[in-house]
Amino acid sequence: MPKRVSLFVTCMVDQLFPKVGLAMADVLERLGYTVDSPEDQTCCGQPAFNSGYRAEARTVARHFLKTFESAEAIVVPSGSCTSMVAHHYAELFHKEPETLARVHALEKRVFEFSTFLTEVAGVEDVGARLEEIVTFHDGCHALRELGIRSAPRRLLSRVRGLELREMTPAEECCGFGGTFSVKFAELSGAMARTKIEAIQRTGARTVVSLDPSCLMQIQGACSRAGLPIRTMHLAEVLASR
Amino acid sequence: MSRESILHRVRTALGRSAGDPPAAPPPVRIRVPESDREARIASMMARVEALAGQACRTADPRAAVAGMIAGKTAVASNAEFLAACGITDLPCVRSGLTDRDELRAACASADFGITSADYVLADTGTLVMLSSPQEARLISLLPPAHIAVVPAERILSGLDELFSLVPDPAAVSSSLVLITGPSRTADIEQILVRGVHGPGRIAVVIAG
Amino acid sequence: MSAEFQQKIHETLADANLQLAIYTATGRLKDKRVENVAPDVLPDYQELRAQANAIKKHTIENLDYYLEEFERNVEAHGGKVVWCKDAGEVSDFILGLAKERRARLIVKSKSMTTEEIDLNESLEHQGLESVETDLGEYILQLAHERPYHIVAPALHKTRYDVAGIFSKNLHVPEETVPEKQTAIARAVLREKFLAADIGISGANFLVADSGAVCIVENEGNARLTTTAPKIHIAVAGIEKLIPRAQDLATFLKLLARSATGQALSVYTSFLSGPRRAGAGEIDGPDEFYVVLLDNGRTKLLPDRARRQSLYCIRCGACLNTCPVYRKIGGHSFPWVYSGPIGAIITPQFMGVGHEPGLPFASSLCGACGEVCPVKIDIPKVLLDLRSEVKKAEAREGHSRLERLAFRAFAWVMTHPRVYAMAGRMAAAVAPASDGGWIRHLPAPLAVGPLKAWLSQRDLPPPPARSFRDLWRMR
Repeated sequence: MPKRVSLFVTCMVDQLFPKVGLAMADVLERLGYTVDSPEDQTCCGQPAFNSGYRAEARTVARHFLKTFESAEAIVVPSGSCTSMVAHHYAELFHKEPETLARVHALEKRVFEFSTFLTEVAGVEDVGARLEEIVTFHDGCHALRELGIRSAPRRLLSRVRGLELREMTPAEECCGFGGTFSVKFAELSGAMARTKIEAIQRTGARTVVSLDPSCLMQIQGACSRAGLPIRTMHLAEVLASR
Repeated sequence: MSRESILHRVRTALGRSAGDPPAAPPPVRIRVPESDREARIASMMARVEALAGQACRTADPRAAVAGMIAGKTAVASNAEFLAACGITDLPCVRSGLTDRDELRAACASADFGITSADYVLADTGTLVMLSSPQEARLISLLPPAHIAVVPAERILSGLDELFSLVPDPAAVSSSLVLITGPSRTADIEQILVRGVHGPGRIAVVIAG
Repeated sequence: MSAEFQQKIHETLADANLQLAIYTATGRLKDKRVENVAPDVLPDYQELRAQANAIKKHTIENLDYYLEEFERNVEAHGGKVVWCKDAGEVSDFILGLAKERRARLIVKSKSMTTEEIDLNESLEHQGLESVETDLGEYILQLAHERPYHIVAPALHKTRYDVAGIFSKNLHVPEETVPEKQTAIARAVLREKFLAADIGISGANFLVADSGAVCIVENEGNARLTTTAPKIHIAVAGIEKLIPRAQDLATFLKLLARSATGQALSVYTSFLSGPRRAGAGEIDGPDEFYVVLLDNGRTKLLPDRARRQSLYCIRCGACLNTCPVYRKIGGHSFPWVYSGPIGAIITPQFMGVGHEPGLPFASSLCGACGEVCPVKIDIPKVLLDLRSEVKKAEAREGHSRLERLAFRAFAWVMTHPRVYAMAGRMAAAVAPASDGGWIRHLPAPLAVGPLKAWLSQRDLPPPPARSFRDLWRMR
């Protein structure tokens, strides 16, 4: 088990939701890990990849490889960014055997945050406390590309004072989808509003997710609708005392 | 005709040549579950009823059918089992038809179509009907109600057992039809309506 | 994307009644599917999917062999195979046969393949009467509309719409009760079935070892179409082949469950040739034809990653589960095939330039791939098509600004200090906020993606310090 972890906070957390990165570091340090955050990190390249610009995505991916290659374990507060590295980098470099080998070596060491806690650190109770009624939004990449469903729920179940209510219907996309959210803005907005209706039906005032992009979409839509619903990243919940 | 050009395009796309043997296909997947006859009969009846069909089990199928058709008109197939049960000589039941046009006219005006079935599938409540001199296709299709009278030993567990017993239906008949419940549609506002083109009422009588 | 695509999406989103109809209908089908593939109901569901995928993969990879085997077996049972490269050849064949046999009236059961080639239009153009007999398709034929959904074609029509369509076209008094409307259609169509010279069907599966077509339905119209008239013509894409009758034990368990949540649909017909009069079969058609249609399917074969698009068994599960389809509906799509499957096959048949926005009209949520009974990796093909669209645009000189933006993106993201500075600059020009989310941006900033975002949602207030700055300060 690695005692040192490197944070890949993602460009979105770095620029818009830095507290998520700090919360993640906090939780990991409490568990006894030494945490670093490579200065050169920027982005995983997903926006370019999803928009069809594979050459540009490769450029950014090479930078990621260089930045994180020597890390023992890389922990990421995002399902979609983790999936980009762990699943799609291999696709990007399938014609470059040398880079591909480096990608395969790295894939094994990249972990979405809740997965790292439950499967690598082997913990579910991180000593958190938060008196809130929350609902959990499964981000699509985390759910379907990484198969993450129970890990965040197990972690949430050990947060003292927390009540988790599930949405119905569950597992529906919030409508972010990267550049989809601006290319098909009206459609993305309609999907967000359907998601908010499901959230409202739970009675929860806080939505928790693994993915900052989903949280931005949901919170942005709630704010626009004037609803008193806030979003929290799982890391922020787990760092609460 | 376009036969050669289509095949050529297919082969070019796949990197194959005419006469190349195929790769080995994935083995057929057939899993026939263990089940005893009583369980199968019970399952079949429950499934038919869940589909708004009628299901009954009787030692006297003739009486059961007589009760159902009660003075209405019926066309019965030439299945030996129906004759053996005495169903074909019920009043108002026409049977023994072998002329296609006569059969069609009779079915178009009958209230009931009475057939046997080659098999019944327990897990889905499905009648399996092969076209033959004994079973014409339109009898279970044109009249607004269909009664199938089947001996209990013809009940199979499900599709897997059917396809393991009948791996080559085309060798046996030009038509094999699986009938699972009454005809239905939900095309208008997703509202379920029965009896669109096929029979809106179906009854399965298990003899024995 | 084209203005047309954008407009259709906008109109559908703006129609509250339509939104409710689409969402409710697909929601019902979606929920029924989930119930009926649940582990306690269909414990070997995932195995069946894997098997179905393996069978389709094998068949497509050896398609020429199976096409020939199929043809041999159709002929052995007294039928005939007609190979057609496009819509023109199909209608030429049918018109030719109709002329020879002096046929005037045709009944048709549901077939997306025949929609694809506009068959009814070409038959009617030549003076034949070709009547759709599936209730939903019949309603649409009278209304001169395209199907809205692969399995539920008239999903977008209310009973009041149907009342109007029937009274106008059938000259009957307005009737708004669905049971009664169905009875009206039944009576009209019954006469057609019994008088028709030719029955045209589709085929869910073409079975190579049997020379058989397998047709799955609920109403009974396909059975009547393929039993009552003296001639039966089945029209099917070449990709519908499966090797063996026994493979239906796999596919039939998946198809109806995935489509409507039924264990089996009401009628499954396995038809191998005309009536065997010599064997004493009493009814059934005297002539049996299977039209094998290419119409561009061979274009999807060469690319190994994309040929899985041909595995589709047209169950519609991807439509019912797609959060995008459930908002924009079937008519927003540029071709007869809608939903996720439509989004991947349309660019492959028509070229990516036909509707360049189509592969991007997806949040890549992956729900479609998860429910596909034959495990087509739809999101992967969408991503692949996106890349192809951008390559085409680069060649043709379109979307220059976007390309430049992503080049800049790549450059900034490989120069960490530039990236950090860009972040600080953006935070500096953002409007001051008390921590509340941002509703408006001043005019010079409210452009492009920012403007689009703000049209639907608020923006997060940029924090005073980025994570990297805070980390450094720790």
